[in-house]
Order: sequence, then structure tokens, then C-alpha cells
Amino acid sequence: MQPQPKNPNTDSSPQAARLGRYFGIYAALWKNSVTRETMFKGNFLLWIIVEMLWFGLQLAFIGVLYLHTDAIGTWTKWQVLLLVGASHFIQQVFQAFFLINCANLSELIRTGKMDFLLLLPVNTRFVVSLRQVDLGGFVNAASAVAVMIYAARQIPLSPSVATIASFLVICLVGILIHYSLMFMLATISFWTVRAQGIVYGYYNLFQIARMPDEAFQGLFKAVFTFALPMLLVTNVPVRLLTDRLQSGWALALLLGMAVVCAVASECLWRVSLRRYTSASS
Amino acid sequence: MKFAGSQAKASWLGCRKTSVVQKYFHALNIGFQNNLTYRFNFLTRTLFGFIPLTAIIMLWRTIYEGKPADAATVGSYTLRQMISYYLIVTIVDALTAVNEDDWQIAGDIKDGNISQFLLKPVDYLWFRFCLFLAGRVTYLMVAFVPLALFIFWLRDYFVLPADFLTLGLFLCSVLLTALLQFFLSYTMAMLAFWVLEVSTFIFILYAFEYIASGHLFPLDILPPAIERALFFTPFPYQLYFPVSVYMGKITGAELARGLLIQAGWVLFAYGLARFAWHRGIKKYSAVGG
Repeated sequence: MQPQPKNPNTDSSPQAARLGRYFGIYAALWKNSVTRETMFKGNFLLWIIVEMLWFGLQLAFIGVLYLHTDAIGTWTKWQVLLLVGASHFIQQVFQAFFLINCANLSELIRTGKMDFLLLLPVNTRFVVSLRQVDLGGFVNAASAVAVMIYAARQIPLSPSVATIASFLVICLVGILIHYSLMFMLATISFWTVRAQGIVYGYYNLFQIARMPDEAFQGLFKAVFTFALPMLLVTNVPVRLLTDRLQSGWALALLLGMAVVCAVASECLWRVSLRRYTSASS
Repeated sequence: MKFAGSQAKASWLGCRKTSVVQKYFHALNIGFQNNLTYRFNFLTRTLFGFIPLTAIIMLWRTIYEGKPADAATVGSYTLRQMISYYLIVTIVDALTAVNEDDWQIAGDIKDGNISQFLLKPVDYLWFRFCLFLAGRVTYLMVAFVPLALFIFWLRDYFVLPADFLTLGLFLCSVLLTALLQFFLSYTMAMLAFWVLEVSTFIFILYAFEYIASGHLFPLDILPPAIERALFFTPFPYQLYFPVSVYMGKITGAELARGLLIQAGWVLFAYGLARFAWHRGIKKYSAVGG
């Protein structure tokens, strides 16, 4: 380790310098990921095909449902397809940034590689969460956008730039919720090392996020709105986009849940980290 | 895994003259021991699986509610039959789905673990089949209570088979489904002889299976032409066929013919598995073994 050269910005705004440093680190992580992907080009393409197939399968399912009905609650066919597209978009962006990293946490703990990350002079949660970027996720997110545009034209829908911008911001809130929940599940590996199964169990929750909220009622709806807000993550942004948001209430709820999930995951992370006792040696 | 493997090796060396039955009984035993370590995994998988299942049942209920009460059917399904369909799919899936068997086989090939089977009077295919069977039995032991409770919760929507003959034929068909699932997964895993990463190929096949075997919706609500085309593939026989037998959708001569075709697919998949293995072995270069 070399002594850190004194940053000329430190005196004027240490905050900005810190942010700049983290950006620098993240850029390096991106570079690593790109290098890694270019090593296995064939595999990279095959994974994109896999994701496209599963996406197509979901769309086909909705197509088959609407052969036998005109509406699910008040949701029409193209609105639901827009919903499936938006859900895929959110899921894929989430996957690009966070999924592998969350899934790998139990491996880091099992092998004791976590020691190395704890010693790095950066926020540990930052490196654990963002170490690897799954570039295929962006390609898949683009295919989701294509489906959304097609569905929007069929409705037909011509949202203003402001609407699209707020839609994207709410999507980011949704991604934050997915990340917080998944990260909480991943931290369970501090207690039981076999947590990888639990993390992949989260995949089942994505399936709910792409269903129209009006199909649900009772306890199920309550749980997936107020505890694991899957029914808000995609439904709220799509309702905003299709101008079917009855009131600001759902929007406030989504934001509130995002804050709750984020705070809860940070608390759990701090508590869990104290339990870490390395492996072997 | 490593430990269990070496244990198996030692016990086989010790009883070289044992009968075939004893030999594979031993393999079953190993399978139970290996799979019991997955029991927590099996339980979470079962419980997590109820979430999308409940969601899809609620989705269908909403669709049926949107229809006039006197004509509330989708295809030939009433709401009760539709919900039963998904419940029986879950049961057949618990009985027949492969659980990591394909990854493990591919792993054995990649890591050179199959070398020991080339030297021993043990057929790797049947050895793996014993592990698969043991895995299914273990899974059922774990999943039985939660699954039974779930079905009890929806008992008003759960149809029983028409008679004992139907139940018997359903079980025959489930057995064939299990064989078909296993042989096809085994064949897919053989790809590990040729490519480094088999998971993408397995996921691609799985995607087709998922929709074309009737996992997502009953195949007879599709346009008839597509449904007929699907029946030229093995996919419907991996799930949809036994479920239809249970529900009495397929009867008489059609049922007999279906069972024969299903058995035909099993034989075909078995042949394919054997063929892939023989071709693979020629290419095999025992990495690290």
C-alpha cells in the first residue's frame, strides 16, 4: 500500500471527493466485469437467449389467458402485457447490478473470502453488493423496453416526457425494494450457510410482481403489499404510466415501503456482520 | 458429496460379489443420506413454491368471476377443475421432477468422478437412477405435510379421481413420467462431455418443458392446432398427460394409446441417454481423475 496522495479537493468538499473515489472504484469493477464477460462470449449470448425465452413464455401465458377473457379486474390485455414488460425491466436491471452479488454472499462467508472484503478501505456493503455487474441484464432490459413500447402503442398510450421520467424514477424505487429484500435474505447466510436456496426462492416473488394487483385480495394481498411489497413494485409505476393511479396514496405507500425495507436491510446487515467469524484458519 | 463418494467406493470394494439388487439397494441408501442433507432446502422450496401457486389460483378465480355465472368455464374447465389442475400438477411435479440430478451428473463428468464407474461393475445410469428415486422419496417425506395442508385448505376445489381404475392408470402414467423426466435430464447432462457450461442448455430445454408440458396452463385451452402440434413432442407426456388422466379428460382407447405413446417416449429417451453416454465416453479424458 502506498501512502494516499493528498487529494486537492479534500479541503473544499470531502463529500464530493468521497463520492468521486467510490465512482472510481465502481468504474474499475465495471471494467472487470466487462473483461470477464468477453472471456465467455458464447455463454454470455446463451444466457441472453435463456432470459428471452422465459420472458417470451410469460408473454405467451398472458396471451393464452386473454384468449378466454377480456379483462382481469379492470386490466385489459395490453395493459397486462405492459405490466409484464415493466416487471421484466425492473427485474433485469436489478439482476444486472445486484443479483449475483447477493447470491454470492453465502459463498463469501462459507469460504472465508469475506475477510478480504472486510479489510478493504471501503464500505463493505458497497463492495459486497456491487462487486460484479451482469451485463446481459441490460440487453434483456432493452428487450423489455421494446415490449413495453409495443404494448403502449396498442393501448394506445402516448405519455408525456414528465410521465415517463417519473415512471423511471418509481422503477428505481422498485429496484431498491427488490435489492433490500434480497439482501436481507442473503444475510441469513451469516446464520445458516445453506442460504443460497433461499436467495433463489426469491425468484418466486418476481412472479407475483408481474401480476395485476386486482387479482388478489385478503391476507395474500395484505402480505404482498405491506410486508413484501411485490404488488406495489410494478403495479404502481404501470398504473402511473397508464394514468390509472386513483390517488397519490399508492405512490406514498411505495415510497414508504422502500424506506422501511432499506432501513431494515441495513440494520440486519449490521447485526449479521457482528456474527461473522471467518472460516478455518 | 466427496465424502459420500469415497464411502461408496470403500463399501463397493468390500462386497464385490454382492447381487445386483444389493448393489443398487446400496446406491439407494447413499441417495437417502445425500438427500437428507437437502431437507431444509426441500422444505423452503416447497413453501416458496406455494406463493406463485396461490397467486395463479387467485388470478384464475378473478378471471372466472368476470364471467357470467351460468357459463363460467375456460375451455372445458370449471373453476374447480382449473384449481384442481394446478394442484395435481404440483403433486405430479413433487413425484417426478428432477432436483439437481442433472447438475450433479454434469458435475461428475466435468470433475472426472465418473472414472470410478468405468472401472466398477456398476452402471452409472442405474446408479444415478437410484439417487433420483431416493431424492424423490426424500422430497416427498419433506413436502407431504405442507402439500397435504395446502390441498386441505383448498379441499372444496379439489376433485378426486372418478374411480380406482383411473387412479391406477394415473399412477402408471406418473411412473412413466418420472422415467421420462429422468432419462431426458440424464441425456441433457451428457452434454457436459462436449461443452463446459451445460446450465444454459438445461435452462433452454426447461423453458420449453415449462410451457409445453402444461406447467403454466392446461394445454387444451390452447388453440386446437397448437395443442395437436405439441402432442408430437414428448413435452405433454412429462406432465400434462398424467394430470389429464387423473381428471378424467382422457379415457378409453385414447388413454390406452396415450400410455403406449408415453412408454414409447420413455424407450426413446432411454436409448438417447445410452447413445449419448457411449459417444461421450469416447471423448472423455478423465480430468483430474
